[in-house]
Amino acid sequence: MPGIKKLGKQTCRFANPPVIISSGTVVGPKEGQGPLGPYFHRVCADSLLGEASWERAERALLKNAFQLALDSAGLQPKDIDVLLAGDLLNQIISANYTARDLGIPFLGLYGACSTMVESMALGAMLIDGGFAGRVLQGASSHYNTAERQFRAPAEFGNQRALTAQWTVTGAGATVLSAKGMGPRITHATIGKVVDLGVKDASDMGSAMAPAVADTIITHLADTGRKPEEYDLIISGDLASIGKALVQQLVSKAGYEISEIYTDCGCIIYDPTQDVHAGGSGCGCSAVVMGSYLLQEMARGKFRRVLAIGSGALLSPVATLQGESIPGIGHAIVLEAWPDNRVSGAGD
Amino acid sequence: MDNQQHLNQSGQQAIQEYQQMIKQAKPKPPVIKNSFWAFVVGGTICIIGQGLMNLFTAQGLGSLDASAATATVLVFASALLTGLGVYNDLGKFAGAGSIVPITGFANAMVAPALEFKREGMVFGVAARLFSIAGPVLVFGFVTSWLIGLVTFIFT
Repeated sequence: MPGIKKLGKQTCRFANPPVIISSGTVVGPKEGQGPLGPYFHRVCADSLLGEASWERAERALLKNAFQLALDSAGLQPKDIDVLLAGDLLNQIISANYTARDLGIPFLGLYGACSTMVESMALGAMLIDGGFAGRVLQGASSHYNTAERQFRAPAEFGNQRALTAQWTVTGAGATVLSAKGMGPRITHATIGKVVDLGVKDASDMGSAMAPAVADTIITHLADTGRKPEEYDLIISGDLASIGKALVQQLVSKAGYEISEIYTDCGCIIYDPTQDVHAGGSGCGCSAVVMGSYLLQEMARGKFRRVLAIGSGALLSPVATLQGESIPGIGHAIVLEAWPDNRVSGAGD
Repeated sequence: MDNQQHLNQSGQQAIQEYQQMIKQAKPKPPVIKNSFWAFVVGGTICIIGQGLMNLFTAQGLGSLDASAATATVLVFASALLTGLGVYNDLGKFAGAGSIVPITGFANAMVAPALEFKREGMVFGVAARLFSIAGPVLVFGFVTSWLIGLVTFIFT
């Protein structure tokens, strides 16, 4: 028997769409110098943040993002029912240690770079299901922690591939609530793991593109909507190559999205910043969606947005053993809700 | 579920089609430009090495000692430049040109030493020191055994 809020194969439609009442984003200096610099809530002057290690610096970013999101909603950690967070590091240490400091009931997530959208989808389910009144979500990544875990030491003089992406140093957080002012999450489409055999760990955009395309196509089929019904379709961190591939894959399925489609990894850096294909990491979608997207929605530039978190479920061990890189994409629909009425789903 | 089956059934075909799409979407690496800079930088490092070698020989060192002194200076210079954060910038455009000479080997040891210092001297620096350079040593030793064996058999 299908769930009563389920739509089609993989989509949930929320009966009382939860509200994003606040957000907080913190980024490193490189991201601050990028085109979206003015949108971020805080830009750190130094990517070590005065901490003793890169890992501690990433935790500081995440904690800072949570603090900013709570402060701007006028809330304390005790006002939050559940914390959903994750990052890229082994045993998701950034999220675990930050949760230790906050003392909020915590569910740790690993969805690689799709974690932010995964956490928002789950948060919306917890609230619309009546299991929580307020949920705090967050995700982080740091260039230096990701490089040393997944790739090479920072000072190693190798040449990065043109398809390689630059891990965003940054953390984003949102507070979801059953009531309040702000854009609402009306739908969530939970993605499947899709793997079309990409084995090149320096080409994650290509590894993730089929999963993201699958989620977009499934979402449109499940809801019966056309791409034109969205003002923006935005994916997490596919960067230039992955973005081009998604457009082709979605167009093969008969949907034309190129006019309204963009990717956080393509807009967070300027081409002169030497990031090759673009940005990546949990922080990429977390900081772009938590700042640029929500602020532009508040200004009325976008009213209905399909946001897809894209994750390359990359493991250095599996890659060395010759396995391909599975990809995943989760989608949420954000809708501006200016009159703040609490009613049924948005369509 | 049927989508998953579809993926598995037409798996091989879908994978091949997708690989073609990737091939077209990927930017081509600038091979000629990369080769040029690898040649210029790699060549320059070798010229500096030869200059040092000549200098040490002129100062009266034997050829074996002069080689050792040259290697020492180059390795020190590379380690210093790695520590100052310059060597990886060189590697960015020189590629193999700065990896292949002995200076690249020094960089491959100093970079992990710096990176893993925070995990302690034993399990950080010492254990990770050979994480990149280790294979170079292993295959270097294996090659020298093989050459030794060949020399032993044929002389």
